[in-house]
Amino acid sequence: MIAFFVKRFFQAVVVMFVISLISFSIQDNLGDPLRELVGQSVSEEERQALRDEMGLNDPFLVQYLRFAKKAVQGDLGDSYFFKKPAFDVIMKKLPATLELVFGATIIIILFSVPIGVYSAINPQSWFSKTVMGLSIVGISIPVFLTAIGLIYLFAIELNWLPSYGRGETSNLLGWETGFLTADGLKHLILPSFTLASIMLPLFIRLIRSEMMEVLQSEYVKFAWAKGISPRRIYFVHALKNTMLPVITVGGVQIGTMVAYTILTETVFQWPGMGFLFLEAVNRVDTPLIVAYLIVVGAIFVVTNTLVDLIYGLVNPAVKLAGKK
Amino acid sequence: MKKTSLLFAGVALALNIASAQAATLRMAYDADPVSLDPYEQLSGGTLQLSHMTYDPLVRWDRNLGFEPRLAEKWERIDDNTMRFHLRKGVKFHSGNTLSTKDIEFTFKRLQDSPDFKGVFAPFKALNVIDDYTFDLVTAKPFPLVLNNMTYLFPMDSAFFSGEDANGKPKDLLVKHGDSFASRTISGTGPFTVSYREQGVKVEFARNPNYWDTNSPGNVDKIVFTPIKEAPTRVAALLAGDVDFIAPVPPTDHKRIKSSDNVELVTMSGTRIITFQMNQERNEAFKDVRVRQAVNYAINQEGIVKKIMKGFATPAAQFSPKGYLGYNPALTPRYDLKKAKALMAEAGYSDGFSVTMMAPNNRYVNDEKIAQAVVSMLAKINIKVDLKTMPKAQYWPAFDERAADMMMIGWHSDTEDTNNFFEFLSACANKETGAGQYNSGNYCNPKVDAMMAEANAVTDPAKRAGIMQAMEKAVYDDAGFVPLHWQNLSWGARKGVDIAPIVNGMNFPYLGDLVIKE
Repeated sequence: MIAFFVKRFFQAVVVMFVISLISFSIQDNLGDPLRELVGQSVSEEERQALRDEMGLNDPFLVQYLRFAKKAVQGDLGDSYFFKKPAFDVIMKKLPATLELVFGATIIIILFSVPIGVYSAINPQSWFSKTVMGLSIVGISIPVFLTAIGLIYLFAIELNWLPSYGRGETSNLLGWETGFLTADGLKHLILPSFTLASIMLPLFIRLIRSEMMEVLQSEYVKFAWAKGISPRRIYFVHALKNTMLPVITVGGVQIGTMVAYTILTETVFQWPGMGFLFLEAVNRVDTPLIVAYLIVVGAIFVVTNTLVDLIYGLVNPAVKLAGKK
Repeated sequence: MKKTSLLFAGVALALNIASAQAATLRMAYDADPVSLDPYEQLSGGTLQLSHMTYDPLVRWDRNLGFEPRLAEKWERIDDNTMRFHLRKGVKFHSGNTLSTKDIEFTFKRLQDSPDFKGVFAPFKALNVIDDYTFDLVTAKPFPLVLNNMTYLFPMDSAFFSGEDANGKPKDLLVKHGDSFASRTISGTGPFTVSYREQGVKVEFARNPNYWDTNSPGNVDKIVFTPIKEAPTRVAALLAGDVDFIAPVPPTDHKRIKSSDNVELVTMSGTRIITFQMNQERNEAFKDVRVRQAVNYAINQEGIVKKIMKGFATPAAQFSPKGYLGYNPALTPRYDLKKAKALMAEAGYSDGFSVTMMAPNNRYVNDEKIAQAVVSMLAKINIKVDLKTMPKAQYWPAFDERAADMMMIGWHSDTEDTNNFFEFLSACANKETGAGQYNSGNYCNPKVDAMMAEANAVTDPAKRAGIMQAMEKAVYDDAGFVPLHWQNLSWGARKGVDIAPIVNGMNFPYLGDLVIKE
């Protein structure tokens, strides 16, 4: 187990290194950060002087080494816009994003498992057919449109739910959470559904097809022959084996969902790190962009590690690499 | 039954009175201020904040006249000197009393600020006479003293003296680092900042000791949220989640107007959108007939109507109406026949090819405007190779003069005509910085001479004559392609009476806002 973690840790370090190198090398193509820092009528000399002061005129390697030296000590540089360490800025926005992803995940699990199982058991029912048809539509509608549609319906027309932001949050052991207040929960509903709308159809289809396959397998047929109750066959024997590939895909998709939050957060003005990233790109806030990419890279590594661990728990036949 | 409804009406009335006395304003702009330091960046966002938390010496009224604020009165002593008298008994948020010491302190900071020092360069000295009187001295006669004083928001010198917890001077002005002044406010303005999470929320509380007791404003708390996406901002207003938004995108005007609960206020703005024709990159643009042909081929009114949905004013010169240099005789000259004739006369009846660049996220509908211009130029056989890009990449390309035709919008920082000429059409001169944004390399020494003259004339009528002649000369030369002035727009819930407090400079005087129920 320890060997597994050590191996993963070194993999993570390599991933971080590669991400930092790539994000550092694209920053010159993003535009000129100075333009966002000064007014329009500031002269070119004045801007050059500021650029010199900030070390932006140094060669690439000099800049990268300066960054790397600090990064090793945990300092990813200061955001130009927030004027604070980029890492702190991102960490402050992380709870909002994780809560959004969490909300979406709950919605996905609550809806995809029962619907997927039902339509696998009753593939010919009108409900299954409707769900399958809708899921195609769901996959193809862009997040942006879903979000605007939901806002229009639930915020403007019906006036049931708030249109933007996170609402009231409360502090739980240093974590600003929206899950503990009614207002915070209300604000979570629309963005969570929007974010879930990308993955939900995918999971319904995945669970359905996996389940249908499992239901055709020999051991399920044997169970039927033994006269075990249908409920036990469906929900204990079949479902457990269905979930294995779903967990694998799910782990990867949760990482992807963190990336998808960029769009959802922008539409809902959700104060998370996806929105932060998009703004940083617009402002050419390069230290913040680099730090974001590194943090998201780390999230991917961590979720994948967790998935591997859970996989091992669900299916003891799987051996973790390095585990003897 | 009757009694109960009467009771309800009474309760409702009582509530109404209470809310008319003190009200909370929830507002949403597209972005929140970069810094709390009024002199870190010269931008619309900073000025909006400064007018909420600080007071200038004088401020613009809606007709581009001057309204005394912290300066009670002023008089010209001689050609180079203007004397100002400060209002007495004005308190800063910290409790300190405003005096000329603070003016001196702020003036020095302005001269150190990379963004503001250009505006304040004409001033030679600030001489303090007594606690409430000071003289501003310029090197030569300078007509824009009052214009520039709208930028002087006195900062609390006692409060910003000394060192902060990090051992740095409290008045340190930095562009890209944490400074005391970028996090803290002590001004004389109607509001103080009570909470701020950058990019998420700013909360303002009414300054209980505000000097302007004649202000009708009854807003005692402001919750400011930046909402970047225009559809979300509009949705938040329509859903009643916020009371006041800006800007309102042209596509949503109809929807806001048709709603019973919200109101739209629009006003013609002062930012001109133009294309410049680079004479050094493209031989054809050296010919005045070709430049005129381009001007005749472009239908400003069509662009305003179709693309801007009427939300702009077609332009034929730099100065918007209200500016001294505005020349009413100059009107858009769309005439395709004439354009074709001029092209033929110049020997280009078969046309030629040009490259064009425009930003796609800087001005309202910038990309669509550029596309429309491309198709209009195609009618006189000018083939355009258009490239659009985000502003972050556009400005470096603009500095390199990377295309034959480039789009640029400009707002005059001094609200004066000459500023347009200095930056956009003056003969480019690296040393003086003239023509810094003249990517067309248009150069007319006569206009430059008039510009220098207008800069030293203090008589408004005489200045107006000179500057109107400048507009005419550049119009005849077809020095650039004026398109339109962008309009401004604000949306508010009914009862939030924004019409009297918004202005063409786009810094609403929120201290004077009245919320009725």
